[in-house]
Amino acid sequence: MKFLPTSDAERAAMLAAMGARSIDDLFAAVPAEVRRAPDLPPPMSEIEIRRFLGGLAKKNANARDTAFFLGAGVYNHYVSSIADQMLYRAEWLTSYTPYQPEVSQGTLQNIFEFQTHVCLLTGLEVANASLYEGASALVEALLMAERLSRGRTKAVLSAGIHPEYRETVRTYFSNLDLEVVEVPVGPDGATDARALAAAVDEKTFAVAVQSPNFYGVVEDWNAGSAAAKAKGALSVAVVAEAVSLALLSPPGEGGADIACGEAQALGVPMHNGGPLLGFLACRTEHQRQIPGRLVGQTRDAEGRRAFCLTLSTREQHIRREKATSNICTNQGLMALASNIHMSLLGKAGLREMALQSHAKAEYLKAAIAKIPGYRIPFSGPTFNEFVVEASEDAAPLLSRLAARGILAGVPLSRYGAAPSDRRRFLVAATEMNERAELDRLVAALSGRAA
Amino acid sequence: MSVDVEHEAAPPRDPKRPEPRPLPLVFERSGEGKVGYSLPPLDVPETLAIPPALCRKQIAGEAQISEVDVARHFTRLSRLNFSIDQGLYALGSCTMKHNPRTNEEMARLPGFAASHPLAPEEVSQGSLELAWRLERLLAELTGLPRVTLQPSAGAQGELAGILMVRKALEKEGQPRRLVLIPDSAHGTNPASAHFAGYTVKELKSNPRGTIDLGALEAAMTEDVAALMLTQPNTLGIFEDRILDIARIVHARGGYLYCDGANFNAYVGVAKPGLMGVDVMHMNLHKTFSTPHGGGGPGSGPVAVTEKLVPHLPRPTVERRPDGTFFLDFDRPESIGRLRTFLGNFGMFVRALSYIAAYGNRIGEVARGAVLNANYIRAGLTGVYHLKYDGPSMHEVVFSDKKQSDLGVSNVDIAKRLMDYGFHPPTMSFPLIVHGALMIEPTETEGKPVLDAFIHAMREIARECEETPEIVRTAPHTTPVRRVDEVGAARNLVLRWRP
Amino acid sequence: MNPDDLKYADSHEWVRVEGEVGTIGITDHAQKQLGEIVYLELPEVGHMYDAGDEFGTVESVKAVSELFTPVSGEVVAVNKSAVGEPGIINDDPFGDGWLIKLKLSTDVEIGKLMSADAYGEYVKAEEQEK
Repeated sequence: MKFLPTSDAERAAMLAAMGARSIDDLFAAVPAEVRRAPDLPPPMSEIEIRRFLGGLAKKNANARDTAFFLGAGVYNHYVSSIADQMLYRAEWLTSYTPYQPEVSQGTLQNIFEFQTHVCLLTGLEVANASLYEGASALVEALLMAERLSRGRTKAVLSAGIHPEYRETVRTYFSNLDLEVVEVPVGPDGATDARALAAAVDEKTFAVAVQSPNFYGVVEDWNAGSAAAKAKGALSVAVVAEAVSLALLSPPGEGGADIACGEAQALGVPMHNGGPLLGFLACRTEHQRQIPGRLVGQTRDAEGRRAFCLTLSTREQHIRREKATSNICTNQGLMALASNIHMSLLGKAGLREMALQSHAKAEYLKAAIAKIPGYRIPFSGPTFNEFVVEASEDAAPLLSRLAARGILAGVPLSRYGAAPSDRRRFLVAATEMNERAELDRLVAALSGRAA
Repeated sequence: MSVDVEHEAAPPRDPKRPEPRPLPLVFERSGEGKVGYSLPPLDVPETLAIPPALCRKQIAGEAQISEVDVARHFTRLSRLNFSIDQGLYALGSCTMKHNPRTNEEMARLPGFAASHPLAPEEVSQGSLELAWRLERLLAELTGLPRVTLQPSAGAQGELAGILMVRKALEKEGQPRRLVLIPDSAHGTNPASAHFAGYTVKELKSNPRGTIDLGALEAAMTEDVAALMLTQPNTLGIFEDRILDIARIVHARGGYLYCDGANFNAYVGVAKPGLMGVDVMHMNLHKTFSTPHGGGGPGSGPVAVTEKLVPHLPRPTVERRPDGTFFLDFDRPESIGRLRTFLGNFGMFVRALSYIAAYGNRIGEVARGAVLNANYIRAGLTGVYHLKYDGPSMHEVVFSDKKQSDLGVSNVDIAKRLMDYGFHPPTMSFPLIVHGALMIEPTETEGKPVLDAFIHAMREIARECEETPEIVRTAPHTTPVRRVDEVGAARNLVLRWRP
Repeated sequence: MNPDDLKYADSHEWVRVEGEVGTIGITDHAQKQLGEIVYLELPEVGHMYDAGDEFGTVESVKAVSELFTPVSGEVVAVNKSAVGEPGIINDDPFGDGWLIKLKLSTDVEIGKLMSADAYGEYVKAEEQEK
């Protein structure tokens, strides 16, 4: 077996040195009743593995081989070759959590830089080393707000937040004595501001709004934060399309206390939905309650600048049942990919990527709106994603288009049973969509040959 | 703070201090107008159809840097890291095994890397089949009927497992209030139980370091939902009374949860399903070779017994009689979802690639792991104190007791190991061993490496007696010396400021 | 080692009673166990506690501990210097490292606490278990 470096001769020498007869003896404590060899096929060589997995991969449509317009929480953005190839370096790929700072300064400095990028983009002062992904990041943000609220029990969530994020919140909250109230979006596609304010009371510890929201509509952070402040609650800003942070007003400037969500759009491949890259940022006054890992700057014994994990006492391995979270792993490698990506694109590139994504989506939206039988039901401004309403059921339409190599959108029926959902689907565009691709979608929806 | 960082025109290095100076931050390398990207010209009309009040100005302080600078920066930075490809990380409970590169190549196939979880089912059959197959393989290895791949990491898997137990008990009438956890457990266990709404009751281990059956009998009431144990336990000792333990727990209608962090000790040799385990999480980034990447991503699949199947996270991956695969959302008794989409799919690809490479020979992994740990144990017995001396499986836990009498702690020993070219072992747990040195070499280390490690540890023990100062002030040859963690916590600087 | 004029709780806090007021801190043994203290969380003046209640937390790099009051009373003073410079607790745990002062609600509880000698024995016994 090529991953086992020990020869038979070496094994014999080791057993002799240990005074053991056989490896079997070392398993003496394992009762016979529980031993069983697994019923698995014989080992595959590397060539056979490539054939096997290559075969499976070919059964999937992917963004490179199709006209691609899927979003809803995972986006097809440009990722530079160097960003991907840097991840092959052994020192990045095969290194461990930086618990020993003397031999992990690479990882630690990378995380410090990632934390900084997140602060710059969200307009908040402190960010953690990353969380698993957007939905659990929202859960962590809400739990953080709950801890800070000292005894409040209600979270108010906009129904514009991604349905899978809200479902995750309900799963986590089901066994904690906490209430979740959802506020609907209005006819323009944005959260109903009056309903939001009305839902918030003295029992509320957090008010959470997503922008751009699940329907692609850009929301005003100030509406959520005003509603929160009026009753002494904390305001949580949720972002699922992180490239939007380069163009839209940052949560920190809109009164948000905590920003959280999904940073996949900033340098992480789609990977069929995981691994992704959750993020969380907050104000300095709340930093001791932030979950997950944190890297801080310090000096070493000889005065050099150095970085280390800090405030670990909040974490599970020390506080155990009193921990701020049970999270252990973060998304180290994805945070690296994102740091490289954000550094490469930088100030100008992030903005240009956002503007291009927006412009492509606007072009597409205008063209689709002109097709008979299609309309854009929500009037609110959108960033790079919007809802289209067809005059037939969307899911079968999208399947037909997929068979022709066009992944036109995500049907809302996947997430809702309302009759209006059945004919609606979400369309996303990014800088990766060439104009010819956009035109091809328009032609296909118009019933013309694509 | 003014910092002496490495600049391009750095003077020649002092041979007595050859390690590199601290590197600038990527923001400190920035320069106005520098560019590291290229995008095609916009091929649609330029527009900004969002009200100005909802838009931002420039991202003040963001990096402006070329691709060349990025290549240098991240390459230089990487060289400050130790890594498995460089040498041994004998970190107990982390299973730092070799990360096969086939895994990386497979995960990057466009059909996986550029696929979207919400694409129509007919064009996602590759992903669905992969997930289904991995589930079946893990079910076979655990001897439990069904698996979910959804949890993002072990800790989330633990939560999923306990939530399923809770739901099953609720169905029977009442969820109960307590979860029993041995005092040797990893911190995520009580944290996860707490998040599931349970109160944790700690079980004191017996003098052997294993679960005290008497204490378990006494504590196991009908108010206890589950016992969470690790097999082998965090001392690397197999809970050989596991069948009795399961019997005691089941007799009172409780569930047996197994923390699968140490699965490397018996994967392919024994099955937790045969031990009476009802629910177990695994770590793909431990037993199944997916890379640690500096702290993630991980993946924490959970295997469950028949009674818990209705409560699996939603959706499950199913196969139709015609051989096609689909996602089943119609799971009314599910605990719900713990995250978006299917899970860390990129890690599924890697794990499947790994398991396929071993196939029915996967038992050699455990056999190699257990041999290597015992070889180290034999080499260090008498040199370091072994508080619990039951037979070791894939890891051995020494303590610094002999050396602390000389004024040297496990932390000092760990730091000195770095000068010998090794990453330190785990020290922060189990809590029942004060000054622990938890050593897990894994099966992917060869005899020369193990011999070198044993030699280094013996040398350090000798240094503790003869020249303790060099150990107490270690490390001396790493890119940075011991860092001021107290200062970092007292004066929090968590980001760069423009 | 442990001042004789103080009383001790098994959670490693001490009390100095002067008239109606009890001053509370953590022992030298406790500060040694924690290591260098980096953060301290203390209540506001006016808070009421029963004996055994948690009144704050003390954190080092490697550990965090809840602080429990050995006696009941109302907080009349809080050591703000210690909050600003938690290292004082390591340097002078029985003196300048005091944490809070309570106006005692009863004088009965003091009798249930340990003397310096008893506390010394208690710490020794705890160490043996390791």
